[in-house]
Amino acid sequence: MHKLLQDSPGEKIMLLGNEAIARGAVEAGVAFATTYPGTPSSEISLNLFQMSRETDLYFEYSTNEKVALEVAAAAANSGLRTFCMMKHVGINVAADPLMTLAYVGVTAGMVILSADDPAMFSSQNEQDNRYYAKFGGLPMLEPSSVAEAKDMIKAAFDLSETLKQPVLLRTTTRINHSNAFVTFGEITPRKTKGHFVRDPQRCVTVPAVSRGLHVKLLEKLQKAGQLSETSAFNLIQGEGPLGIIANGVSFYYAADAVKDLGLEDRAKILRMGFSNPMPEKMIKDFLAGCERVLVVEEGEPFMEEAVKAFAQEVGIVIPIKGKSDDLFSRLFEYDPAMVREKMAAFFNVAYTPGPAVDTSDIPEIPMRPPNLCSGCSHRATFYEIKQAAKDMDVICPTDIGCYTLGFLPPLSTGDFVICMGSSVSSSCGFSKATDQKVVSFIGDSTFFHSGITGLVNAVFNNHNFTLVILENDITAMTGHQPHPGVDMELFGLSGHGRINIEKLVRALGVQHVSVIKPFKVQKSIDTIKEALAFKGVSVIISQEPCALYTKSLKLKTARPFVVSSKCVDHKDCITTIACPSFYLDADNRVAIDANTCVGCAVCAQICPENAIRPLKK
Amino acid sequence: METTRLIIVAVGGQGNLLASKVLGEAALIAGVPVRMSEIHGMAQRGGVVESAIVFGEAQSSIISDGEADILLGFEPAETLRAIKRCSKNTQVITNTAPVPPFTVSVGLGTYPDVEEIKKLIKAKTAGLVAIDAMALAREAGSPMSVNIVLLGALLQTGALGFARDVVEEAIKRRVKPAFLDVNLKAFDLGFTAAANA
Repeated sequence: MHKLLQDSPGEKIMLLGNEAIARGAVEAGVAFATTYPGTPSSEISLNLFQMSRETDLYFEYSTNEKVALEVAAAAANSGLRTFCMMKHVGINVAADPLMTLAYVGVTAGMVILSADDPAMFSSQNEQDNRYYAKFGGLPMLEPSSVAEAKDMIKAAFDLSETLKQPVLLRTTTRINHSNAFVTFGEITPRKTKGHFVRDPQRCVTVPAVSRGLHVKLLEKLQKAGQLSETSAFNLIQGEGPLGIIANGVSFYYAADAVKDLGLEDRAKILRMGFSNPMPEKMIKDFLAGCERVLVVEEGEPFMEEAVKAFAQEVGIVIPIKGKSDDLFSRLFEYDPAMVREKMAAFFNVAYTPGPAVDTSDIPEIPMRPPNLCSGCSHRATFYEIKQAAKDMDVICPTDIGCYTLGFLPPLSTGDFVICMGSSVSSSCGFSKATDQKVVSFIGDSTFFHSGITGLVNAVFNNHNFTLVILENDITAMTGHQPHPGVDMELFGLSGHGRINIEKLVRALGVQHVSVIKPFKVQKSIDTIKEALAFKGVSVIISQEPCALYTKSLKLKTARPFVVSSKCVDHKDCITTIACPSFYLDADNRVAIDANTCVGCAVCAQICPENAIRPLKK
Repeated sequence: METTRLIIVAVGGQGNLLASKVLGEAALIAGVPVRMSEIHGMAQRGGVVESAIVFGEAQSSIISDGEADILLGFEPAETLRAIKRCSKNTQVITNTAPVPPFTVSVGLGTYPDVEEIKKLIKAKTAGLVAIDAMALAREAGSPMSVNIVLLGALLQTGALGFARDVVEEAIKRRVKPAFLDVNLKAFDLGFTAAANA
């Protein structure tokens, strides 16, 4: 049995934040869950996916976040408790349904989780998704710890049913990827079959209906504001004239700082856990008892600006500060020492940080950037494209996935990436705006997510570029989730459809379609040259399963290669493809680590001396 | 228990997440509050991985620069890179077996001398225990047990305040049965080696 399905209330177990959230959803009786994977949210859905295979919980990996939210919206309007989770930028993709679902509402509990990523550990931006709650007029909850995240999910479902509104639950990476002890609660039985009751005056958002719905939305928001005033998630800890307002993980940094600075008798903290709408009266009362107030929140001054506005309304003129040049930044994440130092400065408390280690005599340590894996097919494809296009002035829009790493030297292939799917559409723009050759890259999962519409646009508007679809049969980057082109039998699941990318691309009307097997180097280069020469939209599908995934499923036996005595030390292999299985031995000559080499044989095909050979058993 | 802040630095694939989970389990057995934070995602594609583990009453789950009480390094250059997380009061435990970054292989950097690394760390912190955890892991029966060798060395220093049998029990709970004997041996080899280091 999956560890999160155990019906053992009271049991204490160490869980990753994302596991705690998945467990919270199960305890809340969630019956229907949808997602598109994205760090730092991915383990929530992975656990729900695993549990769905043992229970009647419905779970799906949807094609993208917009689809996931729309699928979920229907379930939540058919009476099922529904959970939809994604990374912060996924909410951008889902923003269209989100803004109007806020008008329509739900008939059963619906929680939409946004996993924000301050400091961008695995993301292209660090947008603060609290603004989506304000933008859409939706209630938002924010946990400060792993254990609270589990309990908050349950409360979020109840809140959603009280208001008949989807509830946003916002986490940050330091919740998703922290571990802590969590105590299991009771599992609420799931209701897995719903019934849709027609209600066109609520569910068909033509202008005449929506005008009425916006009025209702504001009424619901007002009711949410009343609930926020009395919510146990908005709490005050301590007392004294020094005020602190904090949310999320910053709350604990602030609580530790109060203790470390000896301010327990002088400071109180208002922790905002129900952060939209904010508890206006509670905040005004809090301010009335303070001499000065420090707002501690990562990201944007979301609470700070609201608190200042509340203060103005009641004529409170005490200093209220958060983001400023001498206090907190809008950049990156906070840490305990930073919060302690800023708090000491703002409250004028003596504080000397511990002496830092002198690093002036530390030698330069070579960087350890992430790299494509040994035997990764993307490396081969990038190399072949570079060879085929070496005399051309090429722009390479790329996309979001492992292959984004291709922009690093020595492959240096990747010139422009802004969001999922942008490789294809930006190629349309580059090809019209310049006379440069455009060759773009997109993974299979990302192509299904949001590359198809860009390709339709390219065919319709007769653009001129080559799109390389890197078909590795899995969503690799986020931890090997399936996508619509995957054989679900490999997951032991039957009854799924499977979309063939080549047929799809041909059906879209792309005139020049070719398929390469990237581990066949020369043949691939020849095929790529033909595609590059075509005027119009050409698509190259590079087919080779993810090496890591193949390894984990034991689909192939590794057949390591070795550098033989024929090597004359050109070092072409190591300098052009930079496979991490290469190293320089004691004599400064290229060698291959047989423990990590999977035997893709790309280096063997590049070596001008044919010096790289399979290792004899 | 006073708050004890431990940072583990490693190279992707060295098993630092399992090491953290074992220490978390040990905290549960010992009745000590614990919070841990780790980095996933793109950082795992051969990059540096870091876990922060906070034992005791402090409620934050990450550790600021200069505030680690213990630094456990799975790779010598990475241990040195993490020196900014230490103060002069920090106990450092490091593996001495290098995993050279790929940048060194392609001539984009020089790997620092391991003796020099040890000298620098020793001069700047409260103490250094340096062992060849890879050799000991091989001796235990699997190069994959480097992480548990280093946990043994960590326990020997006494910096963590857990009894040895508590961590051994945690290993039993967290390690797959097939690998248990190897890991218990690895733990013992690390524990013994650190006493003589």
